[in-house]
Amino acid sequence: MAYAPPPSVPRRGAATPDRGVVFRIRRCDGPGKPSYWQEFEVAVPRNANVISCLQQIAANPVTAGGARTTPVVWDAGCLEEVCGACTMVINGRVRQSCSCLIDECAPREGDVVTLEPMGKFPVVRDLWVDRSRLFHGLARVRAWVPIDGTYDLGSGPREGPATQAERYVLSTCMSCGCCLEACPQFNLEPDEGRWETAFIGAHAISQARLFNEHPTGSQIKGERLDALMGPGGVSDCGNAQNCVKVCPKGIPLTESIAAVGRSVILHAIARFFRG
Amino acid sequence: MSQHRVIVVGGGLAGLAAAARVAEAGLPVDLFSVVPVKRSHSVCAQGGINACNDVARQQGYSEYEHFDETIYGGDFLADQHPVLEMTNTAPRIIDLLDRMGVPFNRTHEGYRDLRLFGGSLFKRTHFAGATTGQQLIYALDEQVRRCESEGKVAKYEFWEFLRPVVREGRCVGIVAQDMRTMQVRAFRADAVVMATGGCGMVFGKSTNSVICTGAAAARCYRDGVWYANPEMIQVHPTAIPGADKLRLMSESARGEGGRVWVPRRPLDERAPRDIPESERFYFLEEKYPAYGNIVPRDIATREIFDICVNQGLGVNGGNQVYLDLTHKDPEVLSRKLGGILEIYEKFVGDDPRSTPMKIFPAVHYSMGGLWTQFTRGSYAPATPLPKHRSASPPPIDARPGQGMLPGAPNNMMTNVPGLYAFGEVNYAYHGANRLGANALLSCIFDGLFCGASVVNFIRNDAPAGNPAADLPPAEFDAGEKRERERMNALLGTVADGRPDEPATNPYAIGKELGDEMTAACTVVRTGPRLEQCLRRLGELGERFARVKLADAAAWSNQSFAYARAIGDMLVLAQAIARGALERRESRGAHYRTDFPDRDDATFMKATVARCDARGVTSVALDPIDASLIQPTARTYGKKDDRKDPGKAAPAAARA
Repeated sequence: MAYAPPPSVPRRGAATPDRGVVFRIRRCDGPGKPSYWQEFEVAVPRNANVISCLQQIAANPVTAGGARTTPVVWDAGCLEEVCGACTMVINGRVRQSCSCLIDECAPREGDVVTLEPMGKFPVVRDLWVDRSRLFHGLARVRAWVPIDGTYDLGSGPREGPATQAERYVLSTCMSCGCCLEACPQFNLEPDEGRWETAFIGAHAISQARLFNEHPTGSQIKGERLDALMGPGGVSDCGNAQNCVKVCPKGIPLTESIAAVGRSVILHAIARFFRG
Repeated sequence: MSQHRVIVVGGGLAGLAAAARVAEAGLPVDLFSVVPVKRSHSVCAQGGINACNDVARQQGYSEYEHFDETIYGGDFLADQHPVLEMTNTAPRIIDLLDRMGVPFNRTHEGYRDLRLFGGSLFKRTHFAGATTGQQLIYALDEQVRRCESEGKVAKYEFWEFLRPVVREGRCVGIVAQDMRTMQVRAFRADAVVMATGGCGMVFGKSTNSVICTGAAAARCYRDGVWYANPEMIQVHPTAIPGADKLRLMSESARGEGGRVWVPRRPLDERAPRDIPESERFYFLEEKYPAYGNIVPRDIATREIFDICVNQGLGVNGGNQVYLDLTHKDPEVLSRKLGGILEIYEKFVGDDPRSTPMKIFPAVHYSMGGLWTQFTRGSYAPATPLPKHRSASPPPIDARPGQGMLPGAPNNMMTNVPGLYAFGEVNYAYHGANRLGANALLSCIFDGLFCGASVVNFIRNDAPAGNPAADLPPAEFDAGEKRERERMNALLGTVADGRPDEPATNPYAIGKELGDEMTAACTVVRTGPRLEQCLRRLGELGERFARVKLADAAAWSNQSFAYARAIGDMLVLAQAIARGALERRESRGAHYRTDFPDRDDATFMKATVARCDARGVTSVALDPIDASLIQPTARTYGKKDDRKDPGKAAPAAARA
């Protein structure tokens, strides 16, 4: 695998230490409540990221207008872009807030950083959204290898380095939801009853490909393709290709969609002739 | 009749492995986690997972040598039988992960590739790129999702553990809170597994995720569960300093050939590439010719600390040294280390393939944790054997049951019957220092091997006709009530004062706690400084009693949850500092300048901390199981110890 720099490599700005940056944050006190904007002035040191600024705001929740308010709520975990928790919309683009450096997204004194919760998932509070549907999608495509159990039964199938490299990239999907946020076919659906038939999104299709390519995983390939043949499956993809552009891990999502699309067609034809 | 159930708290590697194993045995599992389990801190593990393998075996390596390395690496503090069972089981765990579809790196011929890691001269570390932890937890997450879809596991994600429910001396459930709705609720179970990880947040900034507060362990500790070796905190030698966290730079960077150096001339301002070889000080290679850059973590950390803090040789005079990979093929680096190199590039902006990384040590892992017990296996040499000679025939084979008795109900059970501790929150296995790539192993081993113990405990010892579901409600109601009162008291602080005073601001208290613990309880410790730290923790405790929140919301109140955790972290911090003060010797990660030698006669024992009803810690020393290997000086073949920032060889071993 040749090394290609990911799109979000920070470009060094000519930032001076501890300059003022304004955070414009879309807040919401809970489900069903109206959203509103608040601004905060934060003194940012060099190499600060969005998370470290949110931490400052939490410790001293005073708006730019000097009004005392509640700390902003957001979801976070590893802070090194491997858990996917801190995903939000920053200056209009969905990404992880830990790897968003201020020198990159607001290089000059007084620049504004706009933070919004992802729009395709129900807001819990402020920037924290409920992404349960994402994990439901993984269950929908049976994204697992159906092993016989956790006791010792010897090693798994042998695998060449090329196949491993291909599977590894697919397997770095951290279920962050960027591909869903950017997808015109994936819409906010708070009603759990509709998740089975609403568009499942690129991440789950790509996981179906990952497990279909594994020798043991392929044993239930038919079940996965059944799930992706019906409503909300791979044919709902509108080919906008936004998913692949926003994926922070550079996962070839459109290739996965194409590969699964082909498998679904073959599967449908086979089923037609088998009756 | 109601059915027996098991609660697992924590959805990292240990919790997921336990959930899968218990569910597979036919017992329903309720799995609690403060985050969707796929986002647990296990994702941050990078380098790999250790196990003896066919290649190393033909070079003379064995499961027994892995065992010996782990005991030696842990400076002879770990109970030896459980470690033996873990290292003997390791190859079978790799096979299982392989069957689950983990994309381990492969050789050209299609076998699992291996890399070198700290504390071993053999390649025995299996890896998936440089995001091995992520790949392993995803495999287990997938298996547990399968159990969930089959109705065997129920997940409670975004639920926070608040306390164990104990009835007649036995754990029969937990009280937990939904972090979104703030509902406080008791749950019943016939056994509870704590798999809640480490406590890096006690030190403010560390390599840990923000969820690794140690609060869950502290809540058990406060309620009478013993906590062992709290002072054993691993400081990882190579992390990337940052404003919000200190990001890990995996040991695999050194395992794949990374070299640690500083310019020989202090304050040398030349770019690293302009400094010729002769003017570079590869201090680890010079001092430790055998192990070089892959000495264990505590040693590398003290050497880097010494170079920067005592000798003033840090790069540009700061607290940083070079970790250099620029001599390696960039294609190979991308294939084997891509994940971590991208992290460095994203957060620092330099490409480690062409520019040496700048790194410094950071708090990383807690060897200490909840005290646990075990049933010894069949291996019982007449006297402990001398240190294993590398690549010599092992005294025993790797059959199961020689270290620990498989399925014994007390394996990794705490002092409270029915309450288990698995993974990082368990103090077993790593002694005074954990070897790199042994953590993933110990987490999964606990979940699988001791998961069977949980099942047997319920089948053998739980009252058959009286599962927890049928118990009277008194203890459950009382637990809920106490936690509701605790919540309401904290939420009630918003109205009664100005929340912007640093003295009572929870974030200010949390930051000061982290700064104090980092200053007093990490690389270098002294008695007077630890006593000062304990006084300081007392002051912070008094301030916390007057803490003021800025948010009274009864919905998704994050700052409330944070403040509550600070109260528990203060209790745990006291145990860490007290344990460090009482251990008047140096061993593994615990280095006392006032007691620089290892003292086996007095201190080859576990520190066991107990918390009284007022939240005050007392510690005692308990004997350990050292019946398999004799202690020896832990030198890693060091050449010159005149300037030793670590410890000298122990007197007993020199004699």
